[in-house]
Amino acid sequence: MHSNGLFLKDVAGFLGGYYTALAVMNAVAAYILWRRKHQTGWAIVWTAFASALMVLASLAMSGSAAWVPALPQAVRSLVNTLSGPVNYTAGTTALLLILFVFRKFFVQPMVAWTVLNGALVLMGLSMADENFASIVMKPDNVPIVGLVFLLAFFTWVATKQAVVNDERIAQGLPPMEKVNDEKVLVWPDLVYTELICMVGVTAFLLVWAILLQAPLEEPASSVKTPNPSKAPWYFLGLQEMLVYFDPWYAGVALPSMVIFGLMALPYLDFNKKGNGYYSIAERKFSYLTFQFGFLELWITLIILGTFLRGPNWNFFGPFEYWSPYKVEVLNNVDLPQMFWVNLLNRPLPRVAADAPWYAHVGTILLRESPGLLIMAAYMLLLPPLLAVTAFRNYFAKMGFIRYMVMINLMLLMLTLPLKMVLRWTLNLKYLISIPEFSLNF
Amino acid sequence: MALGETIRNSQIWKSIFRHPMPLDRRNRIVVMLTNFFLHLHPVSIKKQGIALSFTWCMGGVTFFLFLVETVTGVLLMFYYRPTLEWAYNDILALRDVTSLGILRELHRWGAHAMVITTWLHMYRVFLTGSYKPPREFNWVIGVILLLLTLLLSFTGYLLPWDQLAIWAITVGSNMARASPILGYEGPGQQLLTIGGIDMITDGSDARFGLLGARFVGEETLNRFYVLHCIAIPLAVALLLAIHFWRVRKDGGISGPL
Ligand code: HEM
Repeated sequence: MHSNGLFLKDVAGFLGGYYTALAVMNAVAAYILWRRKHQTGWAIVWTAFASALMVLASLAMSGSAAWVPALPQAVRSLVNTLSGPVNYTAGTTALLLILFVFRKFFVQPMVAWTVLNGALVLMGLSMADENFASIVMKPDNVPIVGLVFLLAFFTWVATKQAVVNDERIAQGLPPMEKVNDEKVLVWPDLVYTELICMVGVTAFLLVWAILLQAPLEEPASSVKTPNPSKAPWYFLGLQEMLVYFDPWYAGVALPSMVIFGLMALPYLDFNKKGNGYYSIAERKFSYLTFQFGFLELWITLIILGTFLRGPNWNFFGPFEYWSPYKVEVLNNVDLPQMFWVNLLNRPLPRVAADAPWYAHVGTILLRESPGLLIMAAYMLLLPPLLAVTAFRNYFAKMGFIRYMVMINLMLLMLTLPLKMVLRWTLNLKYLISIPEFSLNF
Repeated sequence: MALGETIRNSQIWKSIFRHPMPLDRRNRIVVMLTNFFLHLHPVSIKKQGIALSFTWCMGGVTFFLFLVETVTGVLLMFYYRPTLEWAYNDILALRDVTSLGILRELHRWGAHAMVITTWLHMYRVFLTGSYKPPREFNWVIGVILLLLTLLLSFTGYLLPWDQLAIWAITVGSNMARASPILGYEGPGQQLLTIGGIDMITDGSDARFGLLGARFVGEETLNRFYVLHCIAIPLAVALLLAIHFWRVRKDGGISGPL
């Protein structure tokens, strides 16, 4: 919306350097492929790609705003209209699932390199959009971009080794880590690695500190509330949960459960295999549970909360202007309302203000009975039910207490995606709403 | 080379380093055993345990970032006074007046980086299954370290005392107001009523305990400053000592049996 030539001139220098750096990166890769790996075909491909990147770099630096490579306006508008919490969550889940199922394909170095290049070029093209750039270039948001690429890289490193190990184990061979278990002296092998790491980190930090100034806004004022008001970025996943839950649950109960669940993890995972080497096939259940919790429920929510939530915590597409006047219709309904009023066509159960306390409690229980029954079934019936069905083996191996701790943690974790789905499909606000005790769920 | 020889043979040098230059196998072993900093490590180690593709060096990088934060943090303390009158102006001066003014940048970006590397380290420990016996408890210590790292970053976020700072802390600490039973807007806080007197008010609830006041103000600044510069770093240092000690006692870096 606010794209103009002035902004493009500002960003042109950055983009020129950016595409040049990508070109150098691909040229180096091509050289290594040619000299060391003797894969001339791929070397030619990446040399050609590096040349194309140099064309992008020259276009960006041509001095004319019109030449800066950018996504067509139509594509940007389409992305904006398509994005929303539902598509975003469904899309990221589907993406992670595809990467997981076809991991053997994606871990191949040339495939991964193609994906990386695709992501980086898309990032560059997007940076030519003023709205996108203004959010991503906020100094405190830059680390999250780094986090995304680092996570992708290390997930690739780990999955690649896991794929190899899983194949070896299937053939009755030990994992690669076992093959490499000759002993070496710590001085020089480890001590020098550490030294190089320290120098590398220091250099990286110095460059970052010189290039990017730490933010300092206006002096604090307790009367001028910024819109949006955001917590530090690593808590934005929690802040995003506030859309679906009250603070007592999203901000206190669930985070406590996350910490507790992480601490309990080594005592719940009774699987002796996969100790000390990368493997997926040998520990699918714990792997998938952890990845769902970490990548989907923690990291993607942080990205959503940081980049796609604007004023009034409204959702904004990546190329959308953060207008404080955007209005989102909220027509969410509580379950008692749905049940008593909409379904049974009668008023909510009520009690006279001067009635004795037990009448009040009784009325609340009656009014909230649909939600209470659902939650009772979820938390009390499901665990034993699963213990004799899907989790029969787990129950037998874990024993009562460990099984109950695990299954309750799992069910609590799943309250978040379930509540999201209920919100999107039924406009459900609260399952249980007892304002008398500030207890909404 | 002769000068180097002379220095290395001098009484001063020999009194500092308890071992000769580690150039041959014997002295490479001796150096690990007799140097205070190096004795944290074993003398020899499995090759895969130090492979970058295995550990990503992430625990080490996290520890190094903690040291960077400690050094830059101490330097920042020379320039910063945690009062409403000075906090913001001192930060402003750090940017505009102090020569070579990237101290704040180093500290802030180092802090972001430390949060990220802590997550990555946890990620690699999970993916290699290194939390499995006998390393369960070291994982638990790690989770506490993770929590403390986030709290370090959170308490530091307030100190510049600008709009970004107080509103981020306000949003974050508003959660405590909703703590079950202990927050004055939390579910069940009505239960803590003794003799008709509500015990949980905005002047006595969990958020008040965190902020030292009913809203983010001078008391909070002081409280967060002390937590950020003294209490949490000390706790982290202690836990790190245990963490590293346990890595050794649990049999070194994990590997297939
Ligand atoms: C301030 C944060 C932390 C620091 C400085 C730190 C440092 C280290 C270092 C230097 C190692 C040696 C191996 C390596 O580098 O990977 C290590 C190992 C380990 N860390 Fe941490 N750590 C931290 C947080 C955590 C967290 C958050 C967890 C898990 C939740 C964790 C769990 C472990 C475990 C289980 C090991 C043993 C791994 C093995 O033997 O393979 N640590 N840590």
